[in-house]
Amino acid sequence: MTTDSLTPSGSPDRSRPGDGAAPESRIHDIGYRGYDGPRLGRSYARRSLFAQSLRGAFGLGRSARSKIVPVIITAVMALPAVIAVATTMITGSEELPIPYVEYAVGFDMVIALFLAAQAPQAVSLDLRYRTMPLYFSRPIETSDYVRAKYAAMASAVFVLTSLPLVLLYAGALLAKLDFTDQTTGFAQGLAGAAVLSLLHSAVALLVAALTPRRGFGVAAVIAVMTLSFTAVTALQVAAEESGAQGAVNWIGLFSPSSLIYGLQHAFLDAEGPFPGNTGPSTAQGVVYLLAVVALIAGCYALLIRRYRKAGL
Amino acid sequence: MILTESLSKRFPRVTALDRLTLDIGSGVTGLVGANGAGKSTLIKILLGLSPASEGRAEVLGMDVRAEGPAIRARVGYMPEHDCLPPDVSATEFVVHMARMSGLPSAAARERTADTLRHVGLYEERYRPIGGYSTGMKQRVKLAQALVHDPDLVLLDEPTNGLDPAGRDDMLGLIRRIHTDFGISVLVTSHLLGELERTCDHVVVIDGGSLLQSSSTTDFTRSTAVLAVEVTDSDEHPNGIEALRKALDARGVRTEDGGAGLPGAGRILLLTADGDDTYDLVRDTVAGLGLGLVRMEQRRHHISEVFRHDDR
Repeated sequence: MTTDSLTPSGSPDRSRPGDGAAPESRIHDIGYRGYDGPRLGRSYARRSLFAQSLRGAFGLGRSARSKIVPVIITAVMALPAVIAVATTMITGSEELPIPYVEYAVGFDMVIALFLAAQAPQAVSLDLRYRTMPLYFSRPIETSDYVRAKYAAMASAVFVLTSLPLVLLYAGALLAKLDFTDQTTGFAQGLAGAAVLSLLHSAVALLVAALTPRRGFGVAAVIAVMTLSFTAVTALQVAAEESGAQGAVNWIGLFSPSSLIYGLQHAFLDAEGPFPGNTGPSTAQGVVYLLAVVALIAGCYALLIRRYRKAGL
Repeated sequence: MILTESLSKRFPRVTALDRLTLDIGSGVTGLVGANGAGKSTLIKILLGLSPASEGRAEVLGMDVRAEGPAIRARVGYMPEHDCLPPDVSATEFVVHMARMSGLPSAAARERTADTLRHVGLYEERYRPIGGYSTGMKQRVKLAQALVHDPDLVLLDEPTNGLDPAGRDDMLGLIRRIHTDFGISVLVTSHLLGELERTCDHVVVIDGGSLLQSSSTTDFTRSTAVLAVEVTDSDEHPNGIEALRKALDARGVRTEDGGAGLPGAGRILLLTADGDDTYDLVRDTVAGLGLGLVRMEQRRHHISEVFRHDDR
């Protein structure tokens, strides 16, 4: 459906400023031009949405105001790593002050803040401003949208949690610490960060997608991420003090953060994360792993259902 | 372009479409109906987003049930409601939507610049959409429906919320989508009058079923009503009465306009049979030495379609 016959009395270049044709240069009506180029399919649209959402999570391509929170949080996450590297170099210590795999443990609240700020940003806006029909009146399907958003959110969290590990690793190599030890630790750290990213993003996106109101979304994500962990820790302390040691590890199944810490203890050589310096055994770790997989799958299924309804 | 065969859509409590059979060709087609007549439901089915309860539909020769994604690649859709995020610029937003339609990045940028210019957005396209007027937002909504150069666009109430001037601009733009861009249009409205001037063909639905489908040329020929208002003069203290007599003498049937309303008796209604009638009225008024205050086509509302059917 091209209308070549209508095309240019003047091509776009002809009315550029500076050609002296008119004192105030304007682009004149050059007629409508059709599009005969390639139309890339769903997977391209999904990748584009992924890239746009990932950039958006760090405020790129958005207003200056929306860059503030992600930049501060990234700095807060990375700064201690820089300090740790600096201390190692100055003191000439043989190992890093903090193991890779345990780095994120202290930043539970910071990661929750990042999720609370960015997950609603990723999904609530499209719901609130009713942009969904524009997506779904195009070739992409519900699952493409959900997958792109999920992949983008998980990648954003992974960038956030792995950046300090990269800094630590680079510093450790510069300080000439043992290469094998450091590489093993680094790999374990990355594995932990990957699972954390997948799990936390799935939970946060689902919670955020339940409300088109961004404010509620922020509050709900913080509540789910941190309150669940606080509650689990409180119960574990109570269980430990009342001598029910066995229960401590099972209680750990009930919050996203404790699930990750448990997994890291069971499989990635992390110190005992729970009260009494314990953690799940390898067998219990398998249960933890299953719980993580089930949680991710459940959140994904619910997200798909949510967007089926929000279609038009 | 669009074909439906006894298409029905039933919700638990309402029947939105009731055995609707349509055959819409290329050009600009108006879909008229009161709120709740089933216009939006029809559009959702045509986009392959909502399954019909029974019957079948084809868009661009593709079955909506089986080939939804292929249809959506070649169709543009402009929803009735607001659908624009306020914190991004029109350019960024439309580029993003072009990519969602599968256009590679460079093409998406180029098409966005072209399309925004065609819908009449210039410098403001770099500012966040939040600061736009309703008319500008409608243009952005239209641009995102056109950016991938579809073969057909579905426009749901594009003139909603616009002032009369904005309405005329939008209608002119819709006309151009077909004449200049070569894209067929299905446009919905609850006002028949505004579609009549823009569309080649008008389909009227009511309660989910077809009331009337005709080309606008038939339509206006059979229903074009002129309203004429003239001044009085010393010679003719009642100008309207004098005009009525003079026109009757020339064989033009007239009737009083606005019976019972303010201005009743001041306006004469007559049926136009083509351009000659306009000339005749003008000459007659001039011959009587009266001033012609106005001579306009009466706008039609859906209610008049019912009346037209009764006749």
